[in-house]
Amino acid sequence: MLFRVAARQAAPLRRSAFAPLARRSVTTDAASAHAENIPQEDDKPFTVRLSDESFETYEIDPPPYTLETTKKELKQMYHDMVSIRRMEMAADRLYKEKKIRGFCHLSTGQEAVAVGIEHAINRMDKVITAYRCHGFALMRGGTVKSIIGELLGRREGIAYGKGGSMHMFAENFYGGNGIVGAQVPVGAGLAFAQQYNEQPNTSIILYGDGASNQGQVFEAFNMAKLWNLPALFGCENNKYGMGTSAARSSALTEYYKRGQYIPGLKVNGMDVLATKAAVEYGKNYAISGNGPLVFEYVTYRYGGHSMSDPGTTYRSREEIQRMRSTNDPIAGLKQKMLEWGVTSEEELKGIDKEARAYVDAEVAEAENMAVPEENSRILFEDIYVRGSEPKWMRGRTVDETFYY
Amino acid sequence: MAAPRVFRPAARLLSSRLASTPLRPAFTQTACAPSILRARGYASESGTKEVTVRDALNEALAEELESNQKTFILGEEVAQYNGAYKVTRGLLDRFGPKRVIDTPITEAGFCGIAVGAALAGLHPICEFMTFNFAMQAIDQIINSAAKTHYMSGGIQPCNVTFRGPNGFAAGVAAQHSQDYSAWYGSIPGLKVVSPWSSEDAKGLLKAAIRDPNPVVVLENELMYGQAFPMSEASQKSDFVLPIGKAKIERPGKDLTIVSVSRCVGQSLTAAQELKSKYGVEAEVINLRSIKPLDVETIIASLKKTGRLMVVESGYPMYGVSSEIMALSMEYGFDYLTAPAARVTGAEVPTPYALGLENMSFPQEDTIVGQAAKVLRL
Repeated sequence: MLFRVAARQAAPLRRSAFAPLARRSVTTDAASAHAENIPQEDDKPFTVRLSDESFETYEIDPPPYTLETTKKELKQMYHDMVSIRRMEMAADRLYKEKKIRGFCHLSTGQEAVAVGIEHAINRMDKVITAYRCHGFALMRGGTVKSIIGELLGRREGIAYGKGGSMHMFAENFYGGNGIVGAQVPVGAGLAFAQQYNEQPNTSIILYGDGASNQGQVFEAFNMAKLWNLPALFGCENNKYGMGTSAARSSALTEYYKRGQYIPGLKVNGMDVLATKAAVEYGKNYAISGNGPLVFEYVTYRYGGHSMSDPGTTYRSREEIQRMRSTNDPIAGLKQKMLEWGVTSEEELKGIDKEARAYVDAEVAEAENMAVPEENSRILFEDIYVRGSEPKWMRGRTVDETFYY
Repeated sequence: MAAPRVFRPAARLLSSRLASTPLRPAFTQTACAPSILRARGYASESGTKEVTVRDALNEALAEELESNQKTFILGEEVAQYNGAYKVTRGLLDRFGPKRVIDTPITEAGFCGIAVGAALAGLHPICEFMTFNFAMQAIDQIINSAAKTHYMSGGIQPCNVTFRGPNGFAAGVAAQHSQDYSAWYGSIPGLKVVSPWSSEDAKGLLKAAIRDPNPVVVLENELMYGQAFPMSEASQKSDFVLPIGKAKIERPGKDLTIVSVSRCVGQSLTAAQELKSKYGVEAEVINLRSIKPLDVETIIASLKKTGRLMVVESGYPMYGVSSEIMALSMEYGFDYLTAPAARVTGAEVPTPYALGLENMSFPQEDTIVGQAAKVLRL
């Protein structure tokens, strides 16, 4: 008897340890929800039924499989995802034209995560993410021209040309962090501040499947649970940390279970509706004093890790093609909206056109922005908070010393 | 003769518009100015009180916790244990567990939490049991705290204070006695202060907490128990010292000794011995602030004495003394009448045995001996 118990316990461990591929039993179908009796009015709520395979849970009840939404909101979500994709494509082009320098990590394919989260929270909630941050920056109130302007290193960029692709900040958006995993305890600190200030808000803390193995992620989990912080940790599992697949980096690839003592929720991150439903549920859970949750957004990046990675040496072209053609978050939502009669093909085309034209115009405007003047005042500004600077900062030579 | 002037910008530095401009009042309290300018002479002054560095730090923390609700302190053993070195003694009882928070032993984690809370608008004080352990969290201090304001184009400040004992401690060997002044002092975006006396400790810690930037306060364990007289002004709750301003602890005319933290005391003793042994008057400058560095005070003193010696306990290579000597080349070469010298920690992982440990850090006779060489006595 004793032996059998032991064997049963050992079995799942062994299975996951030697599993050749990451298990991803949550569906990644972006068009798996159902809805009927859609009202005529744009802002009259109706109920969408999510697929049974939208979530997997760990020590927590699943979120309701229904989501209240409106036609207007669905159209907005669609618009947002199209905008992010168009913006990322513009970044891709500009990078290839050698107008963007350094690192550039695109989130093409992962749009539903940024958009789903933003539609589930309000402006007072906080978001922090890693370096794949363009979509989040846009959702948090950055404009396309300020984001592209930043990529181009322009003075009117979102960080005035000082941050670049990986460091973008906006109100209640804390970056844009370049050190893999470091944003996780910082994000727990944001949640700490919300608890300290007794705000009914949550902090969304995002990191990748690669970063999930960083020690400080677990340190943050520990303190967040210990202190019951309203933190929603979220692993954006796009299957690869750079070129290392989840199964080659992680002893347990079920990232939503990695909080151990923190309940977890695996979410179909290709479905913007499932993502919204999950985050809404998570926010309510966290602000009701239940403490943190660990989310896993199952998603997929179409491009390489960064611009220098073609993204084809560690995965097959077929895999990418399959995800693009069958699980695309934008195509999925589009299909559903048409199916439910939320919108017509024409109206959708109009949204597409409008979003693309808007992004293109903003990109063109960004390209015309001036680069920062090459003077010491601009070089040395904002190292310290204005008014609290040292008397001077040294340049390359004594003569280049800048006096505030 | 005109050309070399270009390469001797000391005069320009000394006469720069900011040399005479006080720091902007938003972040400094002008009320404290008189006490900085006043010459030492505590004993005869009425109202002075002997206070240990530990108590001065404790007072600073209590005053800031009292006056600013955004301030809280977190770290290992800061609350129920009353602080590993008792600096936070009594704060839990007074301010409660919301403001005085024991953390698990996870430096990267709680340092990151402090940084995050600061980004969200709070004013955390993050205590490291010692700065040796802060190496676990140095990425958060440098990459997350110090650089964010600049990277965000100035829209995201980070008002956080990192504090704890730093540098030489007795009998704890290599992993627990290292001086990090040079490490943090090299990072733009950080401010770094290092107190010696009780007034330093209180005034600088309060300034650090009030400063809107990330500030590292490098204390010294061996100083905690030492008592110093504190003037009446410095006992008040509005006492703050300006960051970036050194203090001339002992005026002199023959040699400038620039020192910081615990070495200031050793330098003062050495200066006394130089006086009694050789009749020379050494000027001892207490840097107080590692970054920004008070170059004006150093160069003004050098101009007066013509000789420079730096005393600090960090490693010699690429250190605080290296920096000050380089600056003396750049700004004070013409004033030097002898090559500048330095007394530093030895280039060795600190050994445990007492005799060997003594050989690894500046001692008073090392300072006297080196000073005598500079002065060719």
